[in-house]
Amino acid sequence: MNEHQLRGLIDKVKGGKLSRRGFIERMAAVGLTAPMATQLLAHAGVAHAQTAFVYKPTKRGGGGTLKVLWWQGTTLLNPHFAVGTKDQEGSRIFYEPMAGWNADGEMVPFLAAEIPSRQNGGLSADGKTVTWKIKPGVKWHDGKPLTADDLIFNWEYARDPATAAVTASAYRDCKAEKIDAMTVRVTFDKPTPFWAVPFCGTRGMIIPKHLFGEYSGAKSREAPANLKPVGTGPYRFVSFAPGDMVKGELNPDYHMPNRPHFDAIEMKGGGDAVSAARAVLQTGEFDYAWNMQVEDEILKRMEVGGKGVTVITPGGNIEHIQLNSTDPWTEVDGERSSLKTRHPTLTDKAVRQALGMLIDRASVQEHIYGRTGVATGNFLNNPPRFHSKNTKWEFNVDKANQVLEAAGWKRGPDGIRAKDGKKLKFVYQTSINAPRQKNQAIVKQACQRAGIDVELKSVTASVYFSSDVANPDTYGKFYCDIQMYTTTMTEPDPELFMNQFTSVEVSAKANLWQGRNITRWTNPEYDKAYKEAEGELDPIKRAALFIKMNDLVCGDHAVIPVVYRPRASAVSSKLKVTLSGWDNDLFNLVNWYREA
Amino acid sequence: MSRYLLRRLMIMIPSILGISIVLFTILALAPGDPFEELATNPNVPPDVRANLRAKFGLDDPVAVRYVRWLTAMLQGDWGFSFVSRIDVDALILQRLPTTMLVIGSSQILALLVALPVGIYAATRPYSVFDQIASTLAFIGFALPTFFTGLVLILIFSITLDWLPFVYRADISGSGWRWVWEHIRQAIMPVAVLGLFQAASYTRYVRAAVLDVIRLDYVTTARAKGLAERVVVIKHVVRNALIPVVTLVALQMPVVFSGGIVTEQIFRIPGIGSLLISSILANDTPVIMAVTFVFACLVVAFNLIADLLYGWLDPRITYR
Repeated sequence: MNEHQLRGLIDKVKGGKLSRRGFIERMAAVGLTAPMATQLLAHAGVAHAQTAFVYKPTKRGGGGTLKVLWWQGTTLLNPHFAVGTKDQEGSRIFYEPMAGWNADGEMVPFLAAEIPSRQNGGLSADGKTVTWKIKPGVKWHDGKPLTADDLIFNWEYARDPATAAVTASAYRDCKAEKIDAMTVRVTFDKPTPFWAVPFCGTRGMIIPKHLFGEYSGAKSREAPANLKPVGTGPYRFVSFAPGDMVKGELNPDYHMPNRPHFDAIEMKGGGDAVSAARAVLQTGEFDYAWNMQVEDEILKRMEVGGKGVTVITPGGNIEHIQLNSTDPWTEVDGERSSLKTRHPTLTDKAVRQALGMLIDRASVQEHIYGRTGVATGNFLNNPPRFHSKNTKWEFNVDKANQVLEAAGWKRGPDGIRAKDGKKLKFVYQTSINAPRQKNQAIVKQACQRAGIDVELKSVTASVYFSSDVANPDTYGKFYCDIQMYTTTMTEPDPELFMNQFTSVEVSAKANLWQGRNITRWTNPEYDKAYKEAEGELDPIKRAALFIKMNDLVCGDHAVIPVVYRPRASAVSSKLKVTLSGWDNDLFNLVNWYREA
Repeated sequence: MSRYLLRRLMIMIPSILGISIVLFTILALAPGDPFEELATNPNVPPDVRANLRAKFGLDDPVAVRYVRWLTAMLQGDWGFSFVSRIDVDALILQRLPTTMLVIGSSQILALLVALPVGIYAATRPYSVFDQIASTLAFIGFALPTFFTGLVLILIFSITLDWLPFVYRADISGSGWRWVWEHIRQAIMPVAVLGLFQAASYTRYVRAAVLDVIRLDYVTTARAKGLAERVVVIKHVVRNALIPVVTLVALQMPVVFSGGIVTEQIFRIPGIGSLLISSILANDTPVIMAVTFVFACLVVAFNLIADLLYGWLDPRITYR
């Protein structure tokens, strides 16, 4: 899809010939995230859909205690220090961003009076400034009003290198200035079509200036409010035991009417995913459990009692197989898989194509992941409705054999194909995790039938996913022919995601294997498109460039997608929740309620 | 006696220092750091992680870090957790009461079961009661706590739905209801830990009592016409329990480590689960502190056992 076709599609949405949802689905299929697709529409002047959540309670409170279970407990409650999502989730009970993202990738205002758009003057034509209006009447839990000064403070706090905030990237390349007490203007250094990062979503929670003001920079650890959050959210802080329990109580001054529904919230941490599922689905001790990394069969068995259900939320996680473009078995200048080498067999496109046909995704889905892993041929995320129409993947051993035969890979006396003395023998590594080992076995079997010899290797997750320079078994070093893991795309804008195929990002000794391009697949055309996209002012042209990049990667079989992994949560059957794959589980906690 | 105590305490210092050096080196050699998760998150620029490492002194050589840790520790500063950025002593104190409650009650339960059963079995060796008690003790020995814990959860929480299997340290409420809630959630973990301990204690008690009951002075006591009850309680048990007391003291650290697994299964927010989550998160200061506390417990309980021994048995003197 090129720029011209993209514009045509947007015009169709404008003219009412194509639904917003249809557009978003089409964009997803070519590699754009749902939030980015909606931003395209906003830029083109198609107003944001006003999302109304179903919320039945007619008064504040009265819902009793909401008990949620996070098998990785929250360890800190300052959103700017959140190391993992577990910490973001704990903070989200008390803090709110200006706006969040719903499941369709649309923005939902929380602390903002409205979502900035071209029509309301919030966005400038040059794509460089965004003006946020703060919702009037929002109060911190201690009674002080929320003002523009708080937003400016968050910007200063997070971008200060001495604070070492994990949210730094959202605030670094922009400037925030106060227009009046309730208005803030964000000016980006360069035209930024995807402007909804500072003050938005997981990295956008706002902390109060009057409590953190003295503790910016090097003193950030000493702030008492790190442990006793005072936010604007639906629940006020009661107590916190790191890794164990976060407690909150109803905020009687909350800025939305009739909310929240629950009188108190308890977030318990620790344990493992299976027993967390059990506590919600089987015994009903808890109302909600996060991140159910549990085999679907077990979940189904637990659901039988009818106490709870598994809710599947589409997001952007893909379990995929990477093919090494460089030679992992030759050492050059003290490193293997060096960019100076080429893989002897995997660089043949026919071999990669054949491998793509040897992944029995249907069996992987059916026998391993069930609802929590949907077979996919696309590297980028993919709403299920669209997916079913456009499945491109196939599992076909005969065809794989034909492709290899045609490319000159002949079977030797040992049944293994070879060409010019080079045998099709691969080492295939992944982390130790029961579903992954089963998946490996399925692939190995199919490869055998096609005359490819695969040796399986599995590495402890803590080593495999570490960045330990001394260890040869990390995924970043990729001292192996083939490897498999899940890549996550939680950030709404694909720019960062797509840099994992640029040549500057190649993981190598020079950057201590911190580069994000693990496959070492490089393509000058891709680099050029990426560079253009970075500076592209027109969001539609930019989107077209991303689509092109996605086509380049997928068309060349640099990676083989296996299953797309939506988020699974266990929810008590009486609890009504709204979840989103583009934001935290608790992003819309304020609209959760229990049916009588 | 006080000279002996002083000498023992002096010996403790180098051994604890040695333990801390070994612990620190092993942790420093282990791969990973607490900010591992940031490395795989494309939203976090690599320099944020570098800044954090520098800020928390993770880039310094191991020796420098060790000396810094040791000097701080000597001044009573335990450091702060890299993960939650809370002072380690606060973190441990927060969790200590729960661990003490669970471990303490399980020890009491273990003794309540082991003493009468062991003594009764020894007074009637090879009787039916003794055979049954021994069999059960061996079964209890053989079943690890993580297995019995899961079995109990399956029976009492899932099938019968009588007991909760998620332990909550801070149940709100007051009065009898609050007490009952606490007892209800503690039944399973305490039973798992307590019965496991009881199995081994029973064997020890039985053996110790059997050793004593055949001695001549017991026969003398019987010959004097004392009631069997008096013979057993006043003459036999008092002497037989000396090695058992030492054993209980020596077992205390083992019990703490046995509690780690049980705490994980029942989500008890105790020191053991703190240790596990810190290890998973590479949170060095917390791992150091908790393992160090465990090491000190071992050393301290060894000393306590030795002292108790002498106090119970006047034939032993300290030099």
